[in-house]
Amino acid sequence: MANVADAAPVSGQVEPPARRSVPGMLAQTEIDLRLFGMVVALAAILLGFHLWSGGKLIQPNNMITLAVQAAGIAIIATGMVLVIVSRNIDLSVGSLVGLVAMSYAVLMTDWFPHIFGLAPDTPFLWVLALAMGIGIGAAIGGLQGFIIAYVGVPSFIVTLGGLLTIRGLVWYQSSGAAVNGLDRTFLLIGGGAQGSIGGTLTWALALVGAIAIVAILINSRRQRRRYGFPVRPIWAEIVLGVAGCAAIIGVAWFANNNFWPQGLADRVAAEQGWGPAPEGGWKIPTGFPFPIVLLIGVTLAMTWIATRRKFGRYVYAYGGNPDAAELAGINTRWTILKTYVLMGILCALAAAIVSARLNGASLDIGDTYELLVISAAVIGGTSFAGGIGTIPGAVLGAFVMYSLKYGLSFVGVNSPGQNIVVGIVLVVAVGLDTINRRRGT
Amino acid sequence: MNGEEGPVAVAERTPLVEMRGINVAFGGVHAVRDVSIDVHAGEVNGLVGGNGAGKSTLMRVLSGAHPADSGEILVEGHEVSIKNPRDAKAQNIETIYQTLALADNIDAPGNVFLGRELTTPWGTLADGSMEDATRKVMKRLNPNFTRFKQPVRSLSGGQRQAVAIARAVHFNAKVLIMDEPTAALGPAETAQVRDLVRQLKEEGLGIFLISHDIHDVFDLSDRISVMYHGRLVGTVDKTSVTTDDILGMIILGKRPEEVTQKDLAELELGSAPVS
Repeated sequence: MANVADAAPVSGQVEPPARRSVPGMLAQTEIDLRLFGMVVALAAILLGFHLWSGGKLIQPNNMITLAVQAAGIAIIATGMVLVIVSRNIDLSVGSLVGLVAMSYAVLMTDWFPHIFGLAPDTPFLWVLALAMGIGIGAAIGGLQGFIIAYVGVPSFIVTLGGLLTIRGLVWYQSSGAAVNGLDRTFLLIGGGAQGSIGGTLTWALALVGAIAIVAILINSRRQRRRYGFPVRPIWAEIVLGVAGCAAIIGVAWFANNNFWPQGLADRVAAEQGWGPAPEGGWKIPTGFPFPIVLLIGVTLAMTWIATRRKFGRYVYAYGGNPDAAELAGINTRWTILKTYVLMGILCALAAAIVSARLNGASLDIGDTYELLVISAAVIGGTSFAGGIGTIPGAVLGAFVMYSLKYGLSFVGVNSPGQNIVVGIVLVVAVGLDTINRRRGT
Repeated sequence: MNGEEGPVAVAERTPLVEMRGINVAFGGVHAVRDVSIDVHAGEVNGLVGGNGAGKSTLMRVLSGAHPADSGEILVEGHEVSIKNPRDAKAQNIETIYQTLALADNIDAPGNVFLGRELTTPWGTLADGSMEDATRKVMKRLNPNFTRFKQPVRSLSGGQRQAVAIARAVHFNAKVLIMDEPTAALGPAETAQVRDLVRQLKEEGLGIFLISHDIHDVFDLSDRISVMYHGRLVGTVDKTSVTTDDILGMIILGKRPEEVTQKDLAELELGSAPVS
């Protein structure tokens, strides 16, 4: 299909004949069709289960629960994309999440009070804990990356060893016990009513996002104009801008229709002296919970790294053709090592969410995460052949997977049943993708 | 060739690049054996030889893709150390590999600037400037090229070749290594590449041209270097030899004056393989 343009039209990049058709118009917006398809699939899954459950699924509190469940996996999946794109794999992420989660727990319950002499709930204790967790994650990721890139042991082997070794270390961290009782501020990272940014900030965030979308569209159009490059038709720019802003504002509005539990809201109102409750009690919007805010931040940062930084370019170049990257003078080993350091940092962030939700850490925390994360990345269009995959795709992949799981459990399918469906979807998704790729060059 | 005017005049100048006594061994195989070769500004040195003669390996040493076991490299008379592709590029030695060495999943500007990306003051990729520069180079190499945003996977052979050439010529190359630049191309595209070689020569580049095609080499080169089983048979001035002389050097591994009647008789019997 794409070969049509091989005859090299004299000017312009889009083939005018396709203009009136729906696919032709989609092409003119230059939207990533794979991503677009996944958004459609996600909407279809949610809508399907919504109807199946008799119109009960799509409600703010359900969607927020679903998103918080998916957040940890989605955060790690953004890093797994870069690892798989550069023709490697990381099987150790589940164990690393376990190790860092247990580190948070041990630090806050034992080391900080007993060794550093810091009283529980000291201000900014959570920052210290988080920084140390990220340091541990980065160090272990870096060590594995070093063995893979510089010693040359295959990543499958190194991280398989890591999976076993690191999980074993978790046991020694706490002598085999589960640890509970984290810093109260740290707990907010896990979400919940109080672990959310509230209605006003959510609106502010949405506004910033909408302005950013418009600014980026205008700026990139102006740039291309300045160089005299072909630009999208103006209607396409407007469609993109309006759709983007509508999506952001819609999601914010939806999140702001989720309210604090009534008892908690009334108690806080009484403590703060807000006076008599209005009719029907206090309604406090939760807005976005912190795990979602963190996921949004990570997705933006990782997309920026993958598409706007030299490092990201090198990761993709190496995945596309390792020899070409080497001959272009790229320091490929250092590039690979850095992908694993990033993985470690992302595992530490995910571990913060998980341990905060549990208010502690158990020995099996993060178990089988590696499989879920790889599934999310692959459903999101990451190819094991290397060089292909996007960060937003992986995040959407995680949401597709968790929508299936959540939707199935919502209509009463048990966990083994969910696994069957997710497993089949994984293979079918990749199968369709492979057939699609084979047809279109 | 001794006593001819051309070579003497050339020898008086310092070569742009000179490789002296280069040796490369892979395990027990001596792929390049004590080879010395040079190229002057505004000159094409055609490098020919049978399969496994060591042409590509010799050039990989110069482009930094494979270090030599011994020998030295001089650029404009000064010894330089080339340990990796970055060192070679720092000396303005650019290479167009036979495989093209393109990252198929990345677009043309990304490939042209691979490893040498332009960045904004904030350290992010300056895609606009890179696309602009690529469009300018391409206007010269392949005016019909329009697909600057597609991954190069989706381009035709000639277009991919143009991207690889653009990468080599954009960065003010002084020395260009072209490894079989026309092997995968159709007749029209081959003619285009030949024109380009002549044009670059006019501009004063020194070009090493590896080719299987003896006519290509005769057409484009000023001097021709023949390799045989890892060693250099000799470098001859094109005007002083015939294609048959060169074929003899490729097949027998001997300079024309060393060839005996017996060698020729054996060739007649075995019906020489051409190319």
